[in-house]
Amino acid sequence: MAMLHIVNKSPFEKVSFRSCLNHVKAGDSVLMIEDAAVGAIEGTSFSEKLKTAMGDVSVYVLGGDLTARGLSEDRMIDGIKAIDYAGFVDLTVDNETTQSWL
Amino acid sequence: MKFTIMINEGPYQHQSSDSALQFCRAVLAQGHEVFRVFFYHDGVNNGSSLSVPPGDDRLIQKEWSELSKENNLDLVICIAAAQRRGLMDEDEAKRQGFECSNMIEGFRISGLGQLIEGGIESDRTVVFGD
Amino acid sequence: MATKKFMFVNRKAPYGTVYALEALEVVLISAAFEQDVSLAFIDDGVYQITKGQDTTGIGQKNFSNTYKALGDYEIKKLYVEKESLEERGLTQDDLMDLVWEDEDDDWAEKPSIIMVNRSEMADVMAEQEVTLSF
Repeated sequence: MAMLHIVNKSPFEKVSFRSCLNHVKAGDSVLMIEDAAVGAIEGTSFSEKLKTAMGDVSVYVLGGDLTARGLSEDRMIDGIKAIDYAGFVDLTVDNETTQSWL
Repeated sequence: MKFTIMINEGPYQHQSSDSALQFCRAVLAQGHEVFRVFFYHDGVNNGSSLSVPPGDDRLIQKEWSELSKENNLDLVICIAAAQRRGLMDEDEAKRQGFECSNMIEGFRISGLGQLIEGGIESDRTVVFGD
Repeated sequence: MATKKFMFVNRKAPYGTVYALEALEVVLISAAFEQDVSLAFIDDGVYQITKGQDTTGIGQKNFSNTYKALGDYEIKKLYVEKESLEERGLTQDDLMDLVWEDEDDDWAEKPSIIMVNRSEMADVMAEQEVTLSF
């Protein structure tokens, strides 16, 4: 079953995001919300880990959480899609199950 | 689709409650049903009636209370977590011998079974926490 | 009531925060609903089931014995991630011996702990219908 993985902590603060990526399967989706949004930016110490995972999974970020932290969509890793809460709901509907990596 | 939403953190300390509020509103706006919102761990503090944040800031507990009343939502506060943290409705306060209660309107106190039932009865269960 | 596959994901050590204790309370309640329950112990969650926990020095109640009761409630699928143990310098010998009694096999005691690697854990997670994290 396709799973939506929701991450909410910065990959520089906690291991949750890294742990999440260690458990995704091909066809899953990953959504960054809250502080995890900082992980969407190109050129960080986390970018390569995330880009490797993007070969198998679709990755999204809540646009509002990005801009709240002074980051703009044009700085995102290529291939990450910024969405809003309506898009968040759609992701939960489109994936059979959801797991939050807290 | 039917959603059960679990909130593990209290208001203001973490963004979880804000995120969950926005998510709930989006669920309803898209015509889905919120079967239950279950507040656990420090999340029970989202049901406090005694919050007075600065005037130019949001009042999270009241936002939940109003969302509940406007949409007839089932907001459930876990009794075990609430007892630990000192959140009580009138009945529970009387039962425990306290003179006052501190739960805002729009929530009800119940057991952990409500969370499990929510997971069983809903199509999707989403957790907001830390 | 329908039967669903529930997974409770434990990734935090006990005592530093309340999550381990309050997660266990949810697990025990879930037993009453006769669902297909699994627990996952990943990252620091493996510390929840180490043996020899002694909390006298920190003034908290030692609740580790409660995990031993899970078998009595038919909760017998405790998935423990090997890499999480290794990263922490632990082995399965550091964990409590958690068992359940199989009434179809003359009440023989069988292990509840199922050691899995990361990839196997991901496979188990993918089968679940409701995943709760704490």
